[in-house]
Amino acid sequence: MLKKLRITFAVFFWLGITLLLLDFTGVLHLWLGWMAKIQFLPAVMAANVGIIVLLVLLTLVFGRVYCSVICPLGVFQDGVAALHHRPRKHKRPYHYKKENKWLRYGIWALFVILLLVGLQALAAILAPYSAWGRIVQNLFQPVALWLNNWFAGMAERAGSYAFYEHVVWLRSPPTLIVAATTLVLVIVLAWRGGRDYCNNICPVGTTLGFLSRFAMFRPMINKDKCKNCKACEHACKASCIDLGTHSIDHSRCVTCFNCLDTCRFGALKYRFAWKNAKAEPATPDDGRRAFLTGTALVIGAAAVKAQEKKTDGGFAPIKDKTIPEREVPVTPPGSKSIKDFYRRCTACQLCVAQCPNNVLRPSDNLDRFMQPEMSFERGYCRPECTRCSEICPSGAIRPITREEKTRYHVGIASINRELCVAEKGTSCGNCARHCPVGAITMVETEGGLSVPTVDPAFCIGCGACENLCPVRPISAITVNGRYDHLSD
Amino acid sequence: MERREFLKLSGALALGAAAAGCSPKKAAKAPATEEGPGEMIYRENPVNGDRVSLIGFGCMRWPMIPGPDGDQVIDQEAVNEMVDYAIAHGINYFDTSPAYLMGQSEKAAGIALSRHPRESYYIATKLSNFGPHDRESSIAMYRASFEQLKTDYFDYYLLHAIGRGGVEAYRDRYVDNGMIDFLLAEKAAGRIRNLGFSFHGAQHEFDALIGLHDSDEMHWDFCQIEMNYIDWKHADGVRNVNADYLYAELDKRGIPIVIMEPLLGGRLANVPESISAQLRQREPDSSAASWAFRFCGTYPRVLCILSGMTNMDVLTENVKTFSHFRPLTEEELEFMERMAVQYKEFPLVNCTDCKYCMPCPWGIDIPGIFKHYNSAVTEGSYAQSREQKDYEKLKRAYLVSYDRAIPTLRQADHCIGCGECLSHCPQSIPIPDELHRIDRYVEKLRQDLL
Repeated sequence: MLKKLRITFAVFFWLGITLLLLDFTGVLHLWLGWMAKIQFLPAVMAANVGIIVLLVLLTLVFGRVYCSVICPLGVFQDGVAALHHRPRKHKRPYHYKKENKWLRYGIWALFVILLLVGLQALAAILAPYSAWGRIVQNLFQPVALWLNNWFAGMAERAGSYAFYEHVVWLRSPPTLIVAATTLVLVIVLAWRGGRDYCNNICPVGTTLGFLSRFAMFRPMINKDKCKNCKACEHACKASCIDLGTHSIDHSRCVTCFNCLDTCRFGALKYRFAWKNAKAEPATPDDGRRAFLTGTALVIGAAAVKAQEKKTDGGFAPIKDKTIPEREVPVTPPGSKSIKDFYRRCTACQLCVAQCPNNVLRPSDNLDRFMQPEMSFERGYCRPECTRCSEICPSGAIRPITREEKTRYHVGIASINRELCVAEKGTSCGNCARHCPVGAITMVETEGGLSVPTVDPAFCIGCGACENLCPVRPISAITVNGRYDHLSD
Repeated sequence: MERREFLKLSGALALGAAAAGCSPKKAAKAPATEEGPGEMIYRENPVNGDRVSLIGFGCMRWPMIPGPDGDQVIDQEAVNEMVDYAIAHGINYFDTSPAYLMGQSEKAAGIALSRHPRESYYIATKLSNFGPHDRESSIAMYRASFEQLKTDYFDYYLLHAIGRGGVEAYRDRYVDNGMIDFLLAEKAAGRIRNLGFSFHGAQHEFDALIGLHDSDEMHWDFCQIEMNYIDWKHADGVRNVNADYLYAELDKRGIPIVIMEPLLGGRLANVPESISAQLRQREPDSSAASWAFRFCGTYPRVLCILSGMTNMDVLTENVKTFSHFRPLTEEELEFMERMAVQYKEFPLVNCTDCKYCMPCPWGIDIPGIFKHYNSAVTEGSYAQSREQKDYEKLKRAYLVSYDRAIPTLRQADHCIGCGECLSHCPQSIPIPDELHRIDRYVEKLRQDLL
């Protein structure tokens, strides 16, 4: 019963978060946005006291329910393991393992140090929700988009506007590699050892493990009833039930309830544990429920390539834009400063997955590896869009309204006068025409040319000018980031 | 639409029609489209006795398909089929140019037409020396046309699109380089049977060109002008002269007239619903295009009306119109004038999709953007205000269909306003201004500022 409840909730959360990460229509976050916000590390980064207290209390009362229900990577691993240990395929999939303290606490300590010294980018590699975000955005979203584009093709033929095409493009090869590696690693670990990742590597798991030792409700073995059949031990994907001593390592137990169902003798009970008690084991794992066909999708997504519309023969060819040098990265409006942004961001890729203007992409720079940054080769930060600020779970991008958007000066445009076509006498002014805040003015030169100038006081760094500049591959007007976004 | 449904609609429309000064009774006895094959109508060229079908085949809008190396090429098979059908049904005037369809039109016409006896049709082509117009390249262009069209004479040969720039531009392209003498010699040698010009421009520019005729400096055998019920009295202001003036001047001098853009690039085949309803109220089964054709054909000095037919559907419909040709009555001409006034109320771009502006050096799909915008305006399916019913739906439809019709990098927001296109547009559309207007509209849609 408890197991079924757990599975139901787990599927609910897992589907919700995965859909949120897959969504490119900008609709789902209105309904599912909260699921990202209750993730542990983002909540810590956002200093979201309410959520942290809630999760701490949840763990103190019920154990690591977070790991078995809310964490999408945890649920995914259960899915992989269940696929491997289909009912009655393996009689004894798991065995008790001693806690690998050095590895577990070593990684945890490293993680905390990384956070403290401000190397969020590296720490983020280990964070479970963010890892899942990267996997979905990099590997599964392209598949979803291709599927959408297929539907869009059908819709176009039928003259319907229900679906429309989205460009599929590779934002960052290194991030794709990290995501693919993480996925393979997690699948291998889960396939072989259930929750090995969660109990050896995952810093969130370790953190919650400190608390779950003292949880109010825990699975307990009643020594008197236990017949030492070891069914429970073999069913425990956390490998934390030791029948030699009839003890359970509650810091590693993810409260999946698989053991409860396996005990034929009623020796194992999930019960109030704050007064002393005992408990015990049962029969083989009937772990069922396969969540997804991960591997097939990975292979499909490995071939990610930028898919663009073809041009007609009668048109002048248009060169692709390339990314200009930016001394300071540009981060989205809603981020207070570069520092604050990179301190809070857990690189979960939710904003990257959601950005409807193809502006956000994970950074390849090691200082901020996989954390998002803006660039304007394919679009610009549109004045009416605040989606990333609405969905960011870690407070790196704080919620802003459309009106507040112009308060954030995330970058400054500057003009390369050697490239600018107006400087060469072509009538242009496309940057000035499209600046949403009127920061660009065309002025007359002595030679009678009309050339653009930027008023830095007004420029918000949205990239409209850079994106719409006719000069290619490097625009004649480019945006450089600002360190502090709110100072005027 | 079924007859019964129509009657219901016409009843509903009767009130409106009464207000517009037309009696509802007329609607009820409006003649249905004639049955049977009918017979192509011909006009005789009073100068040389040519018997020309009133509808001519314009070879500027043939269907294009992707060729072997990905470029767009003419669908020759479709062209052959259309040309065969056209000739079988009495169309005998084919108008092309070395510039049309990225230079492929003449060749395709040559292939299709050479399968028929040369004396069964008239060929019209042009000296389209818009680019280099020195004597050598002009003559090379002239000679290439013979080869492409697989013929040794042209029935009608035009100085392509003169008018803009007045007599000076004409002298520059044709007189100073000696081309006019060359062409007159060719005419004397029988390789050109009729020498004329196609005109786009202002009244004083036309006056100057026709003045050459009056002063016997140059004899024009025929003249090709843009004419339709919109341009009759409502051409776009200063830069383009009204067709009624052109017609009257040519008529006065007895110069045969060939009509181009009778449908404004197809726009008059697909008019806004409010206008189309009034047309159907008068004649339930007549198309908007047939009204536009009949308008032009009503004027007796018109020798031939060119239609750039793109497919068999259009062709068969047009053949039907001209096989049962009925000129408009005085009252109907007045009615068409009222329709023209109403049509001008719509914020359409006056583009006929001739593609002379292309390729834009910055990659903008100019005619594509105008076509998309015009069709949304014509269908009434464009959002005008946030208060409007269905605003969200219309907004989505416009933006999605815009992205589908035009790749993002070729959309109006990329127009830098360099003005390269301006001199190429026969309609004198202020292209950058219109693109920026559409861009502002799209921006307002995206930002919900309407």
